[in-house]
Amino acid sequence: MSTVTLYMQYIVNGLTLGAIYSLIALGYTMVYGILKFINFAHGDILMVGAFIGLLIYNGLTGGEAADPGAWTLAAFFIAMVASMAACAVLGMLIERIAYKPLRNANRLAPLLSAIGVSFILSNGAAWIFGTQSRRFPYPFENEPINIGAITITPHQIVVVVVSVVMMLLLTFFVNKTRMGKAMRAASLDQATSQLMGINVNRVISLTFAIGSALAAVGGILASFDFRVYPSMGTMTGLKAFVAAVIGGIGNIQGAMLGGILLGILEAVGAPLLHIPNGMKDTVAFAILIIVLLVKPDGILGKNEREKV
Amino acid sequence: MAEILKIDDISVSYGSIRALSDVSMSIDEGAIVSLIGANGAGKSTLLNAIVGLQPLKTGSITFAGETICQSKHHGSLTTDLIARRGIALVPEGRHVFADMTVEENLDMGAFMVKDQSVIEKRKDEMYDFFPILGARRKQKTRSLSGGEQQMMAIARALMSAPRLLLLDEPGLGLAPLIVQDIFSKIRIINEENKVTVFLVEQNARLALRSSSYGYVLENGRIVLEDKGSALLMNERVQKAYLGA
Repeated sequence: MSTVTLYMQYIVNGLTLGAIYSLIALGYTMVYGILKFINFAHGDILMVGAFIGLLIYNGLTGGEAADPGAWTLAAFFIAMVASMAACAVLGMLIERIAYKPLRNANRLAPLLSAIGVSFILSNGAAWIFGTQSRRFPYPFENEPINIGAITITPHQIVVVVVSVVMMLLLTFFVNKTRMGKAMRAASLDQATSQLMGINVNRVISLTFAIGSALAAVGGILASFDFRVYPSMGTMTGLKAFVAAVIGGIGNIQGAMLGGILLGILEAVGAPLLHIPNGMKDTVAFAILIIVLLVKPDGILGKNEREKV
Repeated sequence: MAEILKIDDISVSYGSIRALSDVSMSIDEGAIVSLIGANGAGKSTLLNAIVGLQPLKTGSITFAGETICQSKHHGSLTTDLIARRGIALVPEGRHVFADMTVEENLDMGAFMVKDQSVIEKRKDEMYDFFPILGARRKQKTRSLSGGEQQMMAIARALMSAPRLLLLDEPGLGLAPLIVQDIFSKIRIINEENKVTVFLVEQNARLALRSSSYGYVLENGRIVLEDKGSALLMNERVQKAYLGA
C-alpha cells in the first residue's frame, strides 16, 4: 500500500471518528451558548445512551445470536430513537435538578455540580451493569467494501450517514423553526429574548434535551468501536469537548467542523508523528493547546464587538 | 382617558444603593408620556422594573388593571409573561440579535404571534414603514448602522402589536437628523397604531415636544410632573435640561 492511499485510509477512518465527536460536541456547545457553562456530565450521558440503546437492541433481537438482516437494522434504529428520547428526558431532569437552582450562584457552583452528576451517572452505571465492557453487535453485515485501495466498512457508512442526517436536522431546526430561532436568540441575548415573550427556562430545557439526544446517538455509534462500559464517556466526552473548543465553543457549525477536524487530525497525526498506540490521545490535547495559543476563540469563534 | 399603566410608590435598590425611591406615575392609554433626567437618574432602572427585569423593593406596578410587578417575588410576573400582556421594551443600546438577519429579528419580535400570515403581514408593514429594513432584510443585523439598528429594534418591538411601547433613549448616539426621523416615526406609531408610548430620553426638548405629559427624574425621585408643553416652559427644566 502506498503512503498516499494509506493516509487516505486514515482520513476515512478519522472522518468516521470525527462525525461522532461532532455529534457529542454539539451538546457542549449548545449548552455553553445559552448558559456559558460547560456541562461536564455530557460525556456520561453518551454512556447512558449507549447502554440504553444496547439493552433495547438486545431485548428486541436477542443480541449476538441474531443474524444481521432487515429486522436487526430496524431494531437498531428503534433502539437509537428510544435511547435519544430517554436521554433527552435525562438531560432535562439533570438540568432541572442539578443546574437550575444554581443559575444565579457563583460560576464555579454549577461546574462542580456537573462533575458530581458525572460521578453519579458513571458509578450508577457501574453499580447497575457492572464494570465489564460489552460488545454492541453489528446490526448489519460488516463486510468491508473496497473502493480502489481504500477500505470502507458498512459501519463507517452508517456512522457518517446517521451523523450527517442528525446535523442537517439540527441545522434546519435552529435556522428555520420558531423554537430554534428562539434558542439562537436566547444564546445571543437572554434578557432581550425574554422581552420577546420567550420563556428562557423552556429554551434551556429544550437545549439540554436536544444535546443529550445527540449524545445518545454519538454514544451508540461510538460503541461499535469502543464497546459499552460505564466510563466510556470520559475520554470520548473530553475529546468532543476539545472539538467544541477547537471549532469555537458556543458556535454550532464550529462544533460540527471541530469534531470532523479533530477526528481526521487524530487519525492522521498519530501515524505521521509515530506516536505509539497508547499515547494516541495526546494528539487531541496537543491540538487543543495549539488552537488555544493561536486562536483562543476557536476556528469559527469570533471576538464579539458591539456597535455603539 | 383610561389609565393603562400605574406605578405605585416603587423603590429599587442595587445592593445598598438606592436607584429609585418612592416613584409613582400614571400613563393614560393612547398617550405619549416622557421621562427625562440626567445620566444615572434611574431612568433605565424604571423601565427595567416595568418589564420585570429589575425586582422591586417596595410598591407595585399595575398594567391594564392587573398587578404585574410587586415587592413580593411570587406576586410578580416573569419578563416573558409581562411581554405577553402587551408591553414591549426597546432597550437602551438597542440589543438587536446581531448574529441574526433583520428578518429573523422581526420573527423574534413576533415570537408570541402564532398565525404565520399575521407575521408576514406585519413584516411587510414594517418594511413599508422603515424602507431601509426592507432593503436589508437578509443582512445580519450586525452590519447595520446605529440608526438602522435603532429602527430595527423599534420594528422588532412593534411586531408583537404591543399596547404599551417603552423606549429607552431611542436617540442615544445618533445623528440629529436620524433622531428627528425616529421621533416622527414614534408619533406616527402612536397616532395611527394607537400604541401608548412611554419614552425615556436625555434629549429633553425633543421628548417633551412629542409628549402630552412628562416626568422629571432626579436621583431616583420624581421631582416634577406636568403637561409636556408646561414642562418645556418650566424654569427648572429649562435650566437643567434645555440648556436655556
